[in-house]
Amino acid sequence: MNATRSTSRTVIGIVLTALMLFPVYWMVNVSLMRTGDMRRDPPYLFPLHPTFSGYRAVLRDQLPYLGTSLAIGIGTVALTLAVSAPAAYSLAKLRPTGGKSLTFILLMAQMIPGIIMAMGFYSIFLNVGIINTWWGLIIADSTLAVPFGVLIFTAFMSGIPDELMQAAKLDGAGSWRTFTSIVLPVSRNPVVTVSLFAFLWGWSDFIFASTLNSGGSMQPITLGIYKYIGNNNQEWNSIMATAVVASIPAAFLLVVAQRYVAAGVTAGAVKD
Amino acid sequence: MSNTRTAPLAPRVETQVSARGRRPRPRLPRLVAWAYLVPVVVYLIAFYAYPLYRNLELSLRDYTVRSFVSGDAPFIGLDNFREVFADPTFGPAVIHTAIFTIVSIAFQYGIGLALAVFFNNNFRLSSTLRALFLVPWLLPMIVSASTWSWMLNSDSGVVNTALNAFGLPDINWLTSPTWSLVAVIIANVWIGIPFNLVILYSGLQNIPDNLFEAASLDGASGWQTFRHVTLPLLKPVSAITLLLGFVYTLKVFDIIWIMTRGGPGTSSTTLSTWSYQLGFGSLLPHFGPGAAVGNLLIVVALAFGLLYIRFQRVEADR
Repeated sequence: MNATRSTSRTVIGIVLTALMLFPVYWMVNVSLMRTGDMRRDPPYLFPLHPTFSGYRAVLRDQLPYLGTSLAIGIGTVALTLAVSAPAAYSLAKLRPTGGKSLTFILLMAQMIPGIIMAMGFYSIFLNVGIINTWWGLIIADSTLAVPFGVLIFTAFMSGIPDELMQAAKLDGAGSWRTFTSIVLPVSRNPVVTVSLFAFLWGWSDFIFASTLNSGGSMQPITLGIYKYIGNNNQEWNSIMATAVVASIPAAFLLVVAQRYVAAGVTAGAVKD
Repeated sequence: MSNTRTAPLAPRVETQVSARGRRPRPRLPRLVAWAYLVPVVVYLIAFYAYPLYRNLELSLRDYTVRSFVSGDAPFIGLDNFREVFADPTFGPAVIHTAIFTIVSIAFQYGIGLALAVFFNNNFRLSSTLRALFLVPWLLPMIVSASTWSWMLNSDSGVVNTALNAFGLPDINWLTSPTWSLVAVIIANVWIGIPFNLVILYSGLQNIPDNLFEAASLDGASGWQTFRHVTLPLLKPVSAITLLLGFVYTLKVFDIIWIMTRGGPGTSSTTLSTWSYQLGFGSLLPHFGPGAAVGNLLIVVALAFGLLYIRFQRVEADR
């Protein structure tokens, strides 16, 4: 009886998941649709006459945007890691005065609505003259990831046994040596987790891109899609094909790196 | 910052816990400890505090595109705020923000909880299916928003096709003032379900199995167990989920802007989209009022944020 119950649960689970993921399926289905079928009522529910013209349009129109997003994503990762890992080392292991207040500020920082940051950055970027630059977006996008990064790293590094540090100290290693040759190497999991999310947020950002880089010559894929929607709202196969391509990092994260995400989530849960 | 909607928060909940109850370590000089914090402190001042300060300044001065560059915008005190309060959009924007936030959260939480309870029974494929439920959470907002736009299209959308199949008439989801807010709420609920599922599921996992066994030995039905065991024990996690959901839903911008631009008219305008609309949405920007709306929003967001942090501390201390 237990087995049938489990099987029926599996069936229900599959149905629920299919329901939940229907929009994703629909995005793929539309991306393969012929332009002429786009306005068909009722629409084809399955890609019976698949065409890759949408994807050819992506290759034709969107490659520069994808390249820019890739660069922004990588830059966001680098800046986030550089700022957050040392800070977390200090918060977790060196017990600085005021550490608790800093953690509090980081928690609050995550709650500031993006539109407010965007306006503040807009006025600063305009004065400094870095409006409409792609690398200016790295700075803005990293604000999404730095507080998260510090908190994830701190949770993980608190779990590194003090004996490990003591041993390094006895061997004459200073705090920097301990950080680079002990703490960082064992922190592989949070490094991957923070990098993945920082990349994803840099890649997906729309609000900073549309305010700080609306007139730039190098724009990210989110603006590519946005302009696509505005310009040709007939060719939804091209728009959806671009959306599919823009979802690749998310799919990658889910398939290849899921265990790192899980590692990040459980990092703080290890209590001694 | 729409993305921040979605930072996995479970670890944060634990951060507080793991920092406690450790034996004291030999102290390194304070200066060394602080040297590692210099980058993050400089970063926070330059890229958080300074933009916030500039935003506050924007809301207190009469900025135009020209005075942005020359930097001589006159100080006008609270005039921008007065202008915002007197604007006919103010009332609707506040009401829509409240409806959008409360209705979104109610459905996200309800569906997320039902799914968490369902997935808490281990069955074949359950972990794979649970992982697949994360997809909406990981997709770029513009991808979800444009997909939903097309699905909800009046003439060629698959949602209306489904309605017709049940004998219901077409709905102008995105173009009728009656439905536009509903449409963006539907899309937002879809995006928010995974977050609620993940946190509530991890909360359920922490409830000891023997409590459920005891309940079933006492002859409790599934519903009774849920009502008298699961729900009370899940209260702290629920509170955290709801409070964070509040903060994150308040600032949702992308999904609404991409799907409806707050329209038609102001029928789906919230404080976030209105602020953007004022500052960036037209050829003649109103930076001052836009920043003023933003500052109103931040006050509400931080109030709920403080509530959340306080609550989390209390829970960690128990």
